Amino acid sequence: MLCLVPAARLGWKAFHGGLGPNPIEFITHETGDWILIFLVLTLAITPARKLLGFPDLIRFRRMVGLFAFFYSFLHFGTWIGLDKFFDWPEMVADVAKRRYITVGFTGFLLMIPLAVTSTAGWVRRLGGKRWQALHRLIYLTAVAGVVHYYWLVKSDVRKPVMYGSMVFLLLAYRVTVRLQERRRRAAGQARSLVSTAS
Amino acid sequence: MLIKKPADLKYSDITPKSIYVDRRKFLAGAAGVGAAMLGGRVVLDVISPRTTALAGTKLSGYSKSPLSTNEPRTPYNDVTQYNNFYEFGSDKDDPAVNAKNFRTSPWTVSVEGNVTKPQKFDMDAILKMAPLEERIYRLRCVEAWSIVVPWIGFPLSALLQKVEPTPKAKFVAFETFYDPKQMPKARGTGIEFPYREGLRLDEAMHPLTLVCVGMYGETLPPQDGAPVRLIVPWKYGFKSIKSIVKITLVEKQPRTTWNMAAPNEYGFYSNVNPKVDHPRWSQAKERRLGEFLKRPTLPFNGYADQVENLYSGMDLRKYF
Repeated sequence: MLCLVPAARLGWKAFHGGLGPNPIEFITHETGDWILIFLVLTLAITPARKLLGFPDLIRFRRMVGLFAFFYSFLHFGTWIGLDKFFDWPEMVADVAKRRYITVGFTGFLLMIPLAVTSTAGWVRRLGGKRWQALHRLIYLTAVAGVVHYYWLVKSDVRKPVMYGSMVFLLLAYRVTVRLQERRRRAAGQARSLVSTAS
Repeated sequence: MLIKKPADLKYSDITPKSIYVDRRKFLAGAAGVGAAMLGGRVVLDVISPRTTALAGTKLSGYSKSPLSTNEPRTPYNDVTQYNNFYEFGSDKDDPAVNAKNFRTSPWTVSVEGNVTKPQKFDMDAILKMAPLEERIYRLRCVEAWSIVVPWIGFPLSALLQKVEPTPKAKFVAFETFYDPKQMPKARGTGIEFPYREGLRLDEAMHPLTLVCVGMYGETLPPQDGAPVRLIVPWKYGFKSIKSIVKITLVEKQPRTTWNMAAPNEYGFYSNVNPKVDHPRWSQAKERRLGEFLKRPTLPFNGYADQVENLYSGMDLRKYF
């Protein structure tokens, strides 16, 4: 429910003229921010479970991730319906020509299969391993989202850099864990070799 | 008998530096109280957002210029709540909040460089320099939004004639006031301060180029460039530099802030041109604040008839 507050706030403001002199830009920026916030939250769940010892957090991951998709849908929809007003040729040209739009659009596309396969049925159908591999696409989406933001600002890069460093830390955590596991496995194999030899 | 010209008064001569510094200390104390009040203010704003910006002083005795457009004016609140003034923060709603206490008096504009009569003008002198006119101009931001504003001012040429540019003067460089203490939000916005802009001398002398001291019948609010700014209606908004303290007539094309920040994105000329896109977005259309659908952007922001001869023979793709 809490995740709906930003959307509800936008809706409320829209009806009370609170969106400022450039409402379409306001909605675009606001939904854009929430996509990145929800992507960061989604990526933070695994580290938080392990580092803070809250394994139960896994229950929220799907929902938080789906909210990232929900806000991307609003963001993308705002661009199509309000900003570009369904000017398809212009949108196609933009996606092809403007690299920040290309990368943002890619990030959005990558989220679609994840949203579709977010149900328990799909996890079963794909099998845990394959499902997990597929859902690692969110790493790319998060990076795409940050790059999209970084490329579109004029000169003040502080906010995109802030999101970027959060995504970086969360991905770095995963790389570190991977490396440690590999080292442990290697050490384990070495030990078993030694024990069989003796 | 030869009467020598007295040495120019320096800005620092006006107020002894020690007092200047002490005053800051005094203000720092006051700022603590102010910050506490501001905290309360934010809460109030959430409950009942402000709808009107701080009003200026009424200006009188200005005539209505035939150079005005008859398009509907953008509401005052939009023009005062949606600003690019990076000294006061990079978000559109920052300047209205952060420039509220900007001290714009006393104010002097120093005009120097290749001129016969370098001078420092205070605001009284500027307000009396030439008959004030109301000019309703379109202003097109490089970010693809636009507004229609009734500015009050006089042609820049009147000011430049006062100082008598020498034949060496080919360009005019402008500089915005910068005080990191009054403008703490400037840091981190990614551009260099003080903000600089420039025009070719013939652009500066063009009758459309305005020294602007007011809008909507009043003096300029701080977020819109008080107390004195430039308006060049056929160029992207960032050329219309705000809160000017220095004007220098120079031989070579001066460095300008946005061009220094990203030379491939913001040219020295920056004439509004729907055919030359910003590398990252299209300039073919614009959103007039208050309108839903975008409208096509016009060459030279609709002032082509008056200004295009300034650029005859120039490749406007190269000199964007």
